[in-house]
Order: sequence, then C-alpha cells, then structure tokens
Amino acid sequence: MPVVAETLDAVQAATESGYKWGFSTDIEMEMAPKGLNTDIIRLISARKNEPEWLLEWRLKAYAVWLKMEEPDWAMVNHPPIDYQDLHYYAAPKKKPGPRSLDEVDPELLRTYEKLGIPLRERAILAGVEGAEDERPQVAMDAVFDSVSVATTFKATLAKSGVIFCPISEAVQEHPELVRKYLGSVVPVGDNYFAALNSAVFTDGSFVYIPKGVRCPMELSTYFRINARNTGQFERTLIIAEEASHVSYLEGCTAPQRDENQLHAAVVELVAFDDAVIKYSTVQNWYPGDAEGKGGVYNFVTKRGACRGARSKISWTQVETGSAITWKYPSCILQGDDSVGEFYSVAVTTNHQQADTGTKMIHIGKRTTSTIVSKGISAGKSNNTYRGLVRIAPRADGARNFTQCDSLLIGDQCGAHTVPYIESRNPTARLEHEATTSKIDDDQLFYCRQRGLNQEDAVGMIVNGFCKDVLKELPMEFAVEAQKLLAVSLEGSVG
Amino acid sequence: MLEIKGLAAVIDNKTILNGIDLVVPTGEIHAIMGPNGSGKSTLAYVLAGREGYEVTAGSATYDGHDLLGIEPEERAALGLFLAFQYPVELPGVNNANFLRTALNAQRRARGEAELNAVQFLKLARAQAKALSMPDDMLKRNVNVGFSGGEKKRNEVLQMAVLRPKLAILDETDSGLDIDALKIVADGVNALRGPDFSAVVITHYQRLLDHIVPDRVHILSNGRIVKSGGPELAHALEAGGYAAIVPEGASEAA
Ligand SMILES: Nc1ncnc2c1ncn2[C@@H]1O[C@H](COP(=O)(O)OP(=O)(O)O)[C@@H](O)[C@H]1O
Ligand SMILES: [Mg+2]
Repeated sequence: MPVVAETLDAVQAATESGYKWGFSTDIEMEMAPKGLNTDIIRLISARKNEPEWLLEWRLKAYAVWLKMEEPDWAMVNHPPIDYQDLHYYAAPKKKPGPRSLDEVDPELLRTYEKLGIPLRERAILAGVEGAEDERPQVAMDAVFDSVSVATTFKATLAKSGVIFCPISEAVQEHPELVRKYLGSVVPVGDNYFAALNSAVFTDGSFVYIPKGVRCPMELSTYFRINARNTGQFERTLIIAEEASHVSYLEGCTAPQRDENQLHAAVVELVAFDDAVIKYSTVQNWYPGDAEGKGGVYNFVTKRGACRGARSKISWTQVETGSAITWKYPSCILQGDDSVGEFYSVAVTTNHQQADTGTKMIHIGKRTTSTIVSKGISAGKSNNTYRGLVRIAPRADGARNFTQCDSLLIGDQCGAHTVPYIESRNPTARLEHEATTSKIDDDQLFYCRQRGLNQEDAVGMIVNGFCKDVLKELPMEFAVEAQKLLAVSLEGSVG
Repeated sequence: MLEIKGLAAVIDNKTILNGIDLVVPTGEIHAIMGPNGSGKSTLAYVLAGREGYEVTAGSATYDGHDLLGIEPEERAALGLFLAFQYPVELPGVNNANFLRTALNAQRRARGEAELNAVQFLKLARAQAKALSMPDDMLKRNVNVGFSGGEKKRNEVLQMAVLRPKLAILDETDSGLDIDALKIVADGVNALRGPDFSAVVITHYQRLLDHIVPDRVHILSNGRIVKSGGPELAHALEAGGYAAIVPEGASEAA
C-alpha cells in the first residue's frame, strides 16, 4: 500500500482536530549554515560527491537566478521571502548501515510509525539488510528534508531493468543518463523557482524504464519537510523509453510550524514513442493554521515532454495542503499523436491560496489533451485555475478539451478561472467548459435525512464533484484521497 | 407512535404551520390532503429536521423521542424516512454507494452490524426487482438525469432498502402514470405491518385506492381542519376542498 495511504489511515484513526501530520522529529541533523551563495552550492555539491559538470551546472543556474525576479503574476499574496534566511542543506547524520531495527535511530523509526508506514517497510526504509524479501506492490523512496533516506525494492525492480533510486545516487551510478536529461525539459533558467531549485537541489527520485518494459509495480515517493527554516528543493527525473509504461505516485506532508516553509521542486518527465507515464500526486503540506499563520509555500515546476509519437503523459493531482500553491504541471506534446492529460482537485480552506492549472503545448500533429480541473474553496481561501492551451502552426488536427469546475463552500472564499488559449492552426479543435456551484443546503439535508452526518454528507458531495479526477488515481490511492478530502474539509460547513 | 401537538412553525417571519395536532399510532397509515400552499411539505420538512424553520410552539415526538430536539440524521436512525416532493440531485455520487453509506450510517447509529458491498448489493437488487425497477438505477448518479417519475421511484427504492418505521411520502404520486403509481403503492404496502406507520401526502384519491389509509386529514392554512376515514378522500374528490374547508381558508394556488 502506498505510504500515503497508510499515513491517511493512521490519520483517520487519530481524532485531534486541525492538521494531523503536524509533528516534528528530533533527529541528529547536519545543517549547512543559513544563506545562499556559491560556497553553499559548492558545499552541497561536495557533500554529494558530485562530478564537476554538475557543480558547473548548479553555479550556472545560480548565476541565472540572481538576475531573475520572483514572479508576481499569480493570484497569491505573501510577505517577501528572505532567501538568505534559509538553510539549503539539512541531512540526517549518516551512520554505517544498521543491521536491525534496534540499531536504527529510534526517532526516525518513530517518525515512520507516526506516518503509519508499516513496520517491515519501516525496516526497509531505515536500511535494515534483508528486509526487502517479501514483495508488496509498491516501491518507495522517502525524502526527508533534503535527503533521500531510503528506497525500497530496488533489487526487485532491477531484475526488470527499471532504475528507481535517489537522484543523488543516479548521479554517481548513471551519470550519463542524468547528464543527458537533467534540465532537458525544464531548463535552468525556465523560471525563478526552477533556477533556484537547479542551483541547490539536494535530492529527489530518479526513474528509468527501459524500452518495452512495463514497470512491475507502482513507484512511490514520500516527501517530508522536517527541519526548521529549511527549504526543500527536490528534483525528480523520470525517463520512459520506447513502449515502456510507468505509474508514479508522490505524497507530501510537513510538520506544523509557525513560520512558513519553502518548497520549490522540479519534476521532469520524458516519454519516447508509445511510452506512457502516469504521475499522481497527493499533496498535503501543512496549510497554516485557521488564522493563516505558518504553512508551506509550494512553488513547483512540473513538466513532461512527450517526445515520441503516440506517447502519453498523464498528471493527476489531489492538492489539499500548502499555504500557497503555485503549480502548473504541463505537457509538451512534440510527438505526433501524443496525448497529454491533467486531472486536478485543489482544495483550499481557511486562508490557503492556490494558483494552479496546466499548460498543454501542442506541437505534433493530431496531438490531444484533456484538462479536468476541480477547485473546491472554503473559509477565506482563494482558488485559481490558470491554464494555457497553445497550438503550434504545424499541429494539424490538434484537439483539446478543458473542463473547469469550481465548488464554493460558504461565502467568504473565492474561485477564479483564467484560461488562456493560443491557437495558430485553424484545424485545431478546442472545447472549454466551466461551471461554478455551491454546496447546496438541500443536498446536505437530503443526505442527512437518509442518515449521513453533516461531515459525511459534505464528503459525499465533494467526492461526487471530484469523481472525474479521483477515478484517474490508482485505486488504493483514490480511496485514501477521498478520505483526505473529507478530513481537510472537516468543519468547513455549518 | 407519532404525536404532534400544537405545532407552529415560522419561516421568514411568515407563520406556515398554525397549531397542528396529529397522532399516527404505530401500524397505521394516514393520508394528508390539502390545497397547494397549505403547509403539507413544511410539516414534512419540520418533522425531518430541515433547517430554516423556527418552531414557535408545540411538540413532535416519535415513540417518546423528542424529534425536534435532535439532528436530521438522528431522526433517520430512529426510522424516519421522507420521500421528497422534489428529490435532490447529487452529481457524481453513485446511487448504490449513497444508499449503502446511508444504510450503514443508520445501522451504526443503532448499534447494528454494517453491510459489506456484496451483502448490500444483494439486498438492493432484490428490492429493485420487487418494485420492477431496473438494476441500472443503482449504478446511476443519485437522481442526476432522472425523469420526474424515475426520481419518485428512486425515493421508493431508497425507502424499500432503508426499511423505515415511519415513512412520510410527500406527493410521491404526483406526475406518475398508473404503473408508476402502483410501484409507489407496492413499496408502501410491502412495509405495511404492525411496526410500520406512514404519512402519505397526496392530492389524489387514486393513490388511496391502492394504499388504503386508516385516517385522512385535511390541512388548510397550516392547520388540520378535518379528519375522517377513507371516505373523506372520496368526498373531497367529489366536492373539492371548498365543500370541506371553512370559508376563506382555501385559497388553493
Ligand atoms: N422558504 C420559504 N420562505 C417563505 N415562504 C415559504 C418558504 N417555503 C414555503 N413557503 C410558503 O409556505 C407555504 C406552505 O408551503 P408548502 O409547505 O410547500 O405547501 P404545500 O406542500 O402544502 O403545497 C406556502 O405559502 C409557501 O409559499
Ligand atoms: Mg408540497
């Protein structure tokens, strides 16, 4: 079962209100001093024993970043971020590989336990030798602050030629692949946060699926920000060779802190002829308290390149967390007949702000894209869908279907839809539908008359509203995402 | 037993229920008839616990439980079911899943074991069949895209699965053809027994040919103005409300 699923189960059992992932872990950490400069970048690179080319790449990104300005076009407000007041490197102190659970830092184990990760998986995560023997369906990578703590089922995956490891390890063991693809979809100077990430990223997952291989299990990464005043900058790179197939899930939580935490990740996907990449996210970073204090600033660049003919990249996201979300998973549809999909549920409550959507760039002929966005706003939150569909001149017969629905709970929240369409090919067909609705008292009463309590009724109606997106998630994940939706909207009606 | 005493209710500063007295002993079926706007639906909603009404006087108890003091879902768990005059659409919510969640919520509240998906589907399919309803009603989203008649039949299906002890049917027969009307009547008659009571709100004698009521009450201007046996419905059919309701009380819309 995906870690996130386990986590959510544990959370369902807990009854204390508010954000339920809000604990922090007291582990011996190695921290770089606060601040960002070339010395820090050199330190990160040295700690990771990186080759010279990667250090150069980081330094170049840093130079580009210095010349850029933080974007201000999104519908989000926050006090200025002091980039010199953050730690850019924090890692659990390394000891020689433990032999049994007894030797693992008990605090780390307790964290996994609180997250609901089953014991055997905890053993694997903590690096206990021989714990990998029984076979579940999900391989997992856990990134704790900036560092990948452990990856499970590497050996099983290796049998089919799949590489699934921390990107820092891929840099050591598969440098040719990393060098070839890193920054090939999101160039270092793509945007302010991508440049920052390129300069200071510390870890993340690397996936390589060889030609013709269908990845034998779901791959999953669990991200957690733990240390105080630490930015998290993970970097994920997934390459699917011809006719390969992979489904990847990521889950995110963070402890409850009064100060804001910065998360600026970059995800790059590359799909060759007939390859399929399905990328699912359940994001539940700490959203701040009811007054809007604290919470994660989530500035993420996610982009997939459908390089090959008939390739397909599908983004599915369920976002309930973060104080601020700035995120536009995109598809560049280069290959003829390639397919891009974006299915999104974004929930905002209290003072959360989300500006999220997608970009579908149609370049190849007969490329098709589907966008289904469901925004749910409650409390005093603001939820914006921002989407771009661009049809290049040579994209004959390109098609896009966009459906944006907003659901409002209460009358102090906002929902906005900002679709941009740029079509430079007259044969393209584009359809756009948008609706805004409210949770209706009659619907709630109808459910309650049949026996559901208020919260279950809201959950039922919200899940119905999100159905078109939830059905795109891997089954187990979908069930858990439904629970998460219900939990995050607890108390927002009535 | 349902016991309503002197019940008065106000919405938007307008008095809609004006001192209702009504007793429905367990095992009996009572019909309520009355002109449009007389307060029939309001009475049903107040009993079921819809928000927005202020009860200014009186009481309503069911088997000794104070209905007005508890949440709608608690009333449901006690066995109260309302077949809505205008059933509500729930987009994206699967009918079977909705009904199972509702049934299990009620069972949980009563301390009974929940039904798993297999047990539930068996039950729901059997009930659908007994009411000559197609199975696919269960697979569709709750009331979405249903015709008026299908919505009403779906209410009856829900009632059959939830097996309430006290059912209130609010014009469930309106707009139905004779076959659909028989389905509604079958649904009620199947539950009829010493532990079941019902309040059937209707405009038409023809429903009462199939569900023969123990008592008939005429509601006008938020008050029960006349009560009698099944013959009262026949008299109404023959003479209209004007013949029965006191002067000035029947400005039927
Ligand atoms: N929400 C409301 N606000 C104001 N008046 C209402 C409201 N709902 C119902 N009424 C009024 O209450 C009266 C009774 O309505 P209702 O109970 O629906 O009657 P019936 O079901 O007998 O036709 C009508 O005059 C109607 O206009
Ligand atoms: Mg009515």
